[in-house]
Amino acid sequence: MTLAQKGRRITVLALVCLAAVYVRALAFTPVERLQGPAQKIFYLHVPAALWTEAAMILVGLAGIFYLFLKDPRLDRFAEASAEVGTVFATIVLTTGPIWGKPIWGTWWTWDARLTSTLFLFFLYVGYLLVRGAVRDPGLRARYAAVLGICGMCLVPFIHLSVFLFRTLHPQPIILKPSAPSLPGSMLATWLFSLAAFTLLYVGFVTQRYAVSLTRDAQRGERTGRA
Amino acid sequence: MDELFAQAWTVARKDLLLEFRTRTAIVSTVVFTALVLTVFNFGRDPTAVPTIDLAPTILWVTFTFAAMLALNRAFQLELENQALEGLLVSPLNRTSLYWGKLIANLVFVAVVEAVGLPLFVLFFDVPVGRVLVPLIGVIALATLGFVAVGTLFSALVIRTRFAELLLVVILLPFLVPPLIGAVQITAQLLGGRPLSEAVGYFKLLAAYDIVFVSLASFLFRFTVDE
Repeated sequence: MTLAQKGRRITVLALVCLAAVYVRALAFTPVERLQGPAQKIFYLHVPAALWTEAAMILVGLAGIFYLFLKDPRLDRFAEASAEVGTVFATIVLTTGPIWGKPIWGTWWTWDARLTSTLFLFFLYVGYLLVRGAVRDPGLRARYAAVLGICGMCLVPFIHLSVFLFRTLHPQPIILKPSAPSLPGSMLATWLFSLAAFTLLYVGFVTQRYAVSLTRDAQRGERTGRA
Repeated sequence: MDELFAQAWTVARKDLLLEFRTRTAIVSTVVFTALVLTVFNFGRDPTAVPTIDLAPTILWVTFTFAAMLALNRAFQLELENQALEGLLVSPLNRTSLYWGKLIANLVFVAVVEAVGLPLFVLFFDVPVGRVLVPLIGVIALATLGFVAVGTLFSALVIRTRFAELLLVVILLPFLVPPLIGAVQITAQLLGGRPLSEAVGYFKLLAAYDIVFVSLASFLFRFTVDE
């Protein structure tokens, strides 16, 4: 089985899980009292947001290791992770307003969380633009690694700076110092969704990695040589 | 260590000498700053928006644009006659090269800001007398952050296509945290709030400077070496 096929299978499995998450969320999980059915988007929105940030951190870590080991596999992984992160950021930025319109009464507000996700999205786009603008593969990998590391270090700052603002966004209810404050059935659905998104990330990255591998093989490039 | 600083100073001196002998870049940037300030004057409805509410925005958007203009020329300058190759084959430590460029850029941007700030006070009649010292402190902290990241990125993009455009796109997301901090502090200072209210943002600016100056000093070598 080739890498691309493996990736495709994982992705299909993840999509099936995601469909199951929604069956569970809509039919077997209680409706939130204040927000009503709009709250269901939470099962899609929060796992995607977590993976948006995790993908950027993985891009940065791959960058650090690339600068020392000069292994082209790390660069391919960073590229794949950045593209998948961009897709996840787009999911977060589209599901957010859909929830925001009925609950806040507005599609967009310059709220802390929204702003930070938007800038993460721009960071991803900038990273991919730099990759597209360098022809030499060794140079491209090195520049991307430097930018990825800077991006990873920027994430906590974006968080910090926007957290000093007042926020309309719901406070974290799962990843907080005390125990999660939501009913067990909702938490179970959410955890199931997180697992589905993790699979989706792995599946997408594997497929994207396979594409880079094919591309590099076709060009017969001596990748990774600085 | 002394050697490191001596080398950095040599690079900075070379750049500044070049700058103040030709004067084209510095004069253009100063004129540009003055023009942006006048554009702002016509870009608002003076009867509807009091100047004091808009003042932090005007000041920081102007300074951000001016800094980006200045950063674009930092390494562009070295492309003529393969001057960069000359710098790289000279027995010059890479960190010194970065610090030299950083110092030269800081002086350049500081000159522009030194002209921009009085013009801003003159054009918009903002009372800065009482808060001049903390205001200059904020400008210095934010500028150091801008220029530290910008110098690294301007070295990163010179060998890419569309260097000028790319620099702006990748740099702006990085300028957001210091910009948020600087605008908030400026607003509090001009609004006559006590300095103690802005301590959080001062810490943010200082942390940003420390992290990104160190990170850029370390990562710079990976952007210039062949």
